[in-house]
Amino acid sequence: MSSSYGRIGQRSTGSSGDGAMREAGTEAADRPTAEEPVFRARGVTKVYQMGEVQVHALRGVDLDLYPGELVVLLGPSGSGKSTLLNILGGLDTATGGSVEYRGKDLTRATERELTEYRRRHVGFVFQFYNLIPSLTALENVAVVTDIAAEPMPPEEALARVGLADRLDHFPAQLSGGEQQRVAIARAIAKRPLVMLCDEPTGALDAATGIVVLEALERVNRELRTTMALITHNADIAEMADRVIRVTSGVIHSATRNERKKSAREMRW
Amino acid sequence: MKALRRMLLRDLWGMKGQALAIAMVIVSGVATFVISLSTLDSLRETRAVFYRDYRFAEVFAPLKRAPESLSDAARAIPGVDRVETRVVATANLDVAGFPEPVRGLLVSVPDGAEPLLNGLYLKQGRSVAAGRDDEVVASDAFALAHRLNPGDRIGAVINGKRKSLRIVGVGLTPEYVYQVAPGSIFPDHKRYGVLWMGRKSLAAAYGMEGAFNDLLATLSPGASQQDVIDRIDRLLSQYGGLGAYSRDDQVSHRYLTEEFRQLGTLASIFPVIFLGVAAFLLNVVVSRLVSLQRDQIGILKAFGYSSTDVGWHYVKLIVLIVIVGVAGGLVAGAWLGRGMTRMYMAFYSFPYLHYELRPVVAVSAGIVSVASAVLGAVQAVRKAALLPPAEAMRAEAPERFRVTLAERLGLRRILSQPARMIARNLGRRPAKAALSILGIGFACAILMLGNVQEDAVGFMVDTQFRLSQREDLTVSFLEPASARALSELRSLPGIRHGEPFRSVSARIRHGHRSWRISVQGFPREGNLHRVLDTRLRPLRMPAEGVVLTDYLADRLGVRPGDKVTIEVLEGSRPVRDVRVAGLVGEYFGINAYMELDALNRLLGEGNAISGAFLSADREDRGKVYDALREMPRVAGTVVREDAIRSFYETMGGTLLLFTFVITLLAGTIAFGVVYNSARIALSERSRELASLRVLGFTRGEISYILLGEIGVLTTAGIPVGFLIAQGLAAYIAEQMKSDLYRVPLVMAASSYGFAALVVVVSALFSGLLVRHRLDHLDLVAVLKARE
Repeated sequence: MSSSYGRIGQRSTGSSGDGAMREAGTEAADRPTAEEPVFRARGVTKVYQMGEVQVHALRGVDLDLYPGELVVLLGPSGSGKSTLLNILGGLDTATGGSVEYRGKDLTRATERELTEYRRRHVGFVFQFYNLIPSLTALENVAVVTDIAAEPMPPEEALARVGLADRLDHFPAQLSGGEQQRVAIARAIAKRPLVMLCDEPTGALDAATGIVVLEALERVNRELRTTMALITHNADIAEMADRVIRVTSGVIHSATRNERKKSAREMRW
Repeated sequence: MKALRRMLLRDLWGMKGQALAIAMVIVSGVATFVISLSTLDSLRETRAVFYRDYRFAEVFAPLKRAPESLSDAARAIPGVDRVETRVVATANLDVAGFPEPVRGLLVSVPDGAEPLLNGLYLKQGRSVAAGRDDEVVASDAFALAHRLNPGDRIGAVINGKRKSLRIVGVGLTPEYVYQVAPGSIFPDHKRYGVLWMGRKSLAAAYGMEGAFNDLLATLSPGASQQDVIDRIDRLLSQYGGLGAYSRDDQVSHRYLTEEFRQLGTLASIFPVIFLGVAAFLLNVVVSRLVSLQRDQIGILKAFGYSSTDVGWHYVKLIVLIVIVGVAGGLVAGAWLGRGMTRMYMAFYSFPYLHYELRPVVAVSAGIVSVASAVLGAVQAVRKAALLPPAEAMRAEAPERFRVTLAERLGLRRILSQPARMIARNLGRRPAKAALSILGIGFACAILMLGNVQEDAVGFMVDTQFRLSQREDLTVSFLEPASARALSELRSLPGIRHGEPFRSVSARIRHGHRSWRISVQGFPREGNLHRVLDTRLRPLRMPAEGVVLTDYLADRLGVRPGDKVTIEVLEGSRPVRDVRVAGLVGEYFGINAYMELDALNRLLGEGNAISGAFLSADREDRGKVYDALREMPRVAGTVVREDAIRSFYETMGGTLLLFTFVITLLAGTIAFGVVYNSARIALSERSRELASLRVLGFTRGEISYILLGEIGVLTTAGIPVGFLIAQGLAAYIAEQMKSDLYRVPLVMAASSYGFAALVVVVSALFSGLLVRHRLDHLDLVAVLKARE
């Protein structure tokens, strides 16, 4: 099952798919430009040893992500979507299979290389923001730009998420939505090629969540950052280029949205 | 409640590293307490038993010479229980294979009977047999120092006559537990020994047939000691009585009492500090543990556990750690205490050892530890127990931070983001940071205290021998001699220079306060043996008046310009009022000094001298020793180098062991404090550090943030420790002041360096352990958990 549906860049049974089956890794016909994928994952498995029980979090996932696209990973708790995202982000290693980032195999990377990879290429946004409480908004962004190669000024990053007037506030002085936008500013400030967002609105109310999604949408549009976004909220999937459904450690389906909704149009 | 009990054990296991570090601190505290108190108790008990079993006298009366018939008159004094008369003589001894001068004290024992007072405990051999005039019993320490055994012979010059003595036994009396030669500060068993000899033989050798020159007495119950002393003084006054004195003034007893008092001071100071630091650590760790378990506490309370149940859970956790610490401390303390007591026994040559660890010491160590720990942690426990369940389960709001003052003052631009994190983490809870600094400071301070005594003693010796006593040899005469004796000494081969001195025993009085001292007369132009003023500058003897040790002036309540009464206890026993002309700062003993001629005028004697200070060429020393041995009027010779060497040998045995034990325990505490600070910082920061790792920070970079914080705390703690150490050392020095010696407040640069080094090494080691944990942070877990 996973071999027939799990291949991204391959159109399958999705609502907008044309039904043509292709081999994974070939250029996606539905992409406007013939680009190399940013990520190319093949047969990824992940097994956790929990005491005497083996938990199969991923059971063979194939996935390609292309430059500039916004992909939503949809699935219930425990489906393995976070595990997949963590492996793509270099936070975790796969038990089997391969994950290539722009032709480089992440599964063989050393600890040092993974750190370097996260530092230069990946922007993370998490459900609980993970800001440094002792640093102001500006400094929370600067903490990343200080170690990045060609960052944008922290002020610009914060302006892009609409926080130009909150630079000197500490996390404790910001609302949840504001904290999450600081986290987004922190993620984009290094001009990452990919952004990985794990339930970015999970801890927020609807109105605040939409503001945060707007910020992400703008980043994707203006900076052409490849973005993978995890949620279990099906409504959010409507803003994606593609929606990938994950259940029980395998990709159940991948569908292309004919019309992307903007975050502003959403409600849940 | 079974579940709670299991949780208790799991919590404990989860924090085993920290729990062990805390337990070690308590072990150190309790062990110090037990070592100090049990050693003290054992020594006191042993001494008391020895005094009782061997009938230690209560009044001591030296005199020039009295007929034996006078002893009946002494026995008839109301309040006197038992009386013993004896002959005591000084001698120059000749020990085969030991070229340096050895002074001996020959004490008579009744012929063919046990001494009535100051009984002789025989360790080896037998007592002297009646009618054998060359037999002696050697004191244990002296025999040991020279490896002398029954059957060996030593030579002696008694009253100018050479005599060969045969050792038949080795023993000890309560009177010479601490054997210090007159004028010396510390025991030197190689160069000073006590020998017991039959009364008849000694009297014959010393010209004391049918007479005595020393009287011992015990008091009947209820008798007034002072009254008895006064009556004995009156009785002996026309026989050259040198002033009777009580046990309190008896040299050996006084030294022991003084040592015990100092030990008692240390026994009260160190455990308080050690346990205080332990309580502080416990407080910090428990409060942190509790805030980490907020949600767990909430759940327990939601299920219906009461605040008391939850609070009790944490109290038990603390008590468990403390019990492990106390048990370890008792075992270590009893073991080290026994070792220490045994060492003291050897040092004092007590005949037997009564090691005593009173239950009250053990119990109070336990109570003090548990109480201080529980008190220390009670606040955190209260906070945990009183948390409403819903609030406890809710995530803690982000901590409030502020831009620190230093940053507002312009430092902000210089600081990198990680440096700002360090600054704000410290600035956010200044009280907590201050406590950590204080904890590290105390650890550093107790490390220094172990060395303080050594430093002070080093300084005392240096002052005494480099600035004050610069002579190579001190020669004292049996009887006051004329100035001609000095020329005779000066003409010996190898003698470069000689200066006379006069010394008389006297009682100095001001108002109702009086002290037995010796008044020393030095020539005005003296250059070898100098007296130092209170600022350690050489003092020229004033032409008139008396110069007093500042400590003595303090005790008498006099200042320069005041008059004191000097009652001379020798010769014609003049009593004179003399003006205090100045004060001298001295670390050893208490003395009164006068210009030599002024003293002789006061005594109404001509140009008499008691002895001389000599400087001699090193290569001619052997010849000088030999010549001195042959001079009949020479009672004894002290070589300066010997004094220094023996001092350090004595020090080597006693202080260093104590210092070593204290340093070891202090090192444990230093490590415990720093390691716990590091572990607590780690558990508080692990979430944000893991977040930074996710953002692409390397292990080294996040280590900088955490270890930087520990580094700042440690760096700040060390100078604080120096200050605390100075305060404590000043307190200890003040507590230890006595007329035997005053320890100056001196701390060598090496002590500062050593303490700082141990703290820094502890910090580095803790840092390594924490770094190991940092390298294994779970990056994924931290993104899921809220706190």
